[in-house]
Amino acid sequence: MATLHVELVAVERMIWSGEANMVVARTTEGELGVLPGHAPLLGQLAEGGVVTVRTVEGEDMVVAAHGGFLSVTDRGVSILAETAEISSEIDVERAREALRRAEEAGDDPDALAAARRAQSRLRAAGQDA
Amino acid sequence: MAGNLRALRRRIRSTQSTKKIFSAQELIAGARIVRAQARVEASKPYAREITRVLSALAGSASLDHPLLTERQDARRAAVLVITSDRGFAGSYNVNVLRRTEELLSLLRQEGKEPVLYVVGRKGETYYSFRNRPVAETFTGFSEQPNYTDAQRVGEQLIAAFTAGEDDDETGAGADGVLGVDELHIVYTEFRSLLAQVPVAKRMAPLEVEEVEEFDYEREDRESGVTTGDSGVPTSYEFEPSPDALLDALLPKYVTTRIFAAMLESAASESASRRRAMKSASDNAEELAKNLSRQANQARQAEITQEISEIVGGADALVSAGADD
Repeated sequence: MATLHVELVAVERMIWSGEANMVVARTTEGELGVLPGHAPLLGQLAEGGVVTVRTVEGEDMVVAAHGGFLSVTDRGVSILAETAEISSEIDVERAREALRRAEEAGDDPDALAAARRAQSRLRAAGQDA
Repeated sequence: MAGNLRALRRRIRSTQSTKKIFSAQELIAGARIVRAQARVEASKPYAREITRVLSALAGSASLDHPLLTERQDARRAAVLVITSDRGFAGSYNVNVLRRTEELLSLLRQEGKEPVLYVVGRKGETYYSFRNRPVAETFTGFSEQPNYTDAQRVGEQLIAAFTAGEDDDETGAGADGVLGVDELHIVYTEFRSLLAQVPVAKRMAPLEVEEVEEFDYEREDRESGVTTGDSGVPTSYEFEPSPDALLDALLPKYVTTRIFAAMLESAASESASRRRAMKSASDNAEELAKNLSRQANQARQAEITQEISEIVGGADALVSAGADD
C-alpha cells in the first residue's frame, strides 16, 4: 500500500520524518485529512492547532504545531511550524502552568498567543484545555 | 638590580594568569562553535521547505505583495547589522562594521537615507560612541540566538517596511509613521573554521530563490519519475487563498532569513573568538618565556655580583691583615 512521506520541520530543527498512512490537520479553513495520492495542496494551519500523523505502524502521533503551514506534494507532506512538539514530549504540568499564567496575564496579544500555544499543547497531549 | 628581578617575576605571574583566561576562553569558544554549527545545520530543513513552499506559491499568487514589489522612489533603507555582545573576538566586529559602512555609503550614493537597526552590544557602542542615530538595538543573544529573538527583530523591520509604503517626499504618508522602502542585512557568513566573511544582502523587496524547485525537477528526470506534465508547475490547491497565504508566509520567510543570518553570525563569532584567543594565549606564552629568560639573567647577574662583592671583601680583609 502506498504511504505518505511526512516531514515535520520546526524552525530550529527537523522534528520527525518518516512514512505514514494518513495526516489529519486543521487549516484556517477547516479540518482536512491527507491520504496517499492527495492532490498538491498548500494550507495555513490554524493557530493553536493539532496535527495527527497516523504512522505506518498504526500509531497516532499527535503534534502541537504553532504558526505553521502544511504542504502536500506528490513527494509527500511537509508540516512547517515555528515551534512544534510531539505529544509524548509534552510536559502536561508545565503546559497547564503556562496556560494559567497566560490567562492571568490578561488580554495583551503576547499573552493570548501564549495561551493558544499552551492550549494546543494540552490538546495534543489528550488533555482538556 | 634586586628590584628589577622582583618586577620581572611579577610580570611573569600576571602573564601566566592572563594566559589561563585566554586558554579558557579558547576552549569555551571551541565548544560553542560545534554547537552553533549544529544549530545552523538543524535550521536548514525549515529554510529549504519554506523556500520550496514560497516558490510554489509564487507561481500561483498574484505577485503584488508589498514585500515583493520594488518601490519606484526608494528613499529610506533599513540596514540590520549583526554584531556580537562581547569583545575578545579579534576582527569579527570590525569587519562586519566596515562592511556596513561600505553599504551605507553605497546607499547614500543612490540617494537613499540609511536607517540602522543593530543587533549586539558591540555594534550599539560603536554607533553611540560616534553619535550616529540608530533606530533600534537588540542585545543579549548574539552567541545563542533563539527564533523568538529573530521574530522580535523581524516584526520591527517588517512594521517599518509596511509603514514605508505610503511615504512620499514630504515625509510620512497617510499613517504618520516614517517607514523604510528597503531592508538590508549585514552579517558574517560562516564558510569554515578559518574563513568568516562579512556579507551584505537585501532582504526586501525580496526575490524568491527558485533554485530548489529546479533541482527537484532535474532529480525527477534523472530518476525517471513522472510527475505530471513536465515543465508545467504543479497546480496546487490553496487553503486559504494564495494571496492570504502569501501574506502569512512572507513575513515568516523574512524572519527565517534573519534567524539564519543570526545563527551563522553566532558560529562566526565563536570561530573568530577562538582564533583570537588562541593567538593571545600563544603570545602570552611567548612573553612569559622571554620574561623568564630575562629574570634568569637578572638572577644570575645578582649572584655573580654578590660573589664578587664577597670575594672583594675577603680580599680586602686579607690584604688588611697582611699589613699588620
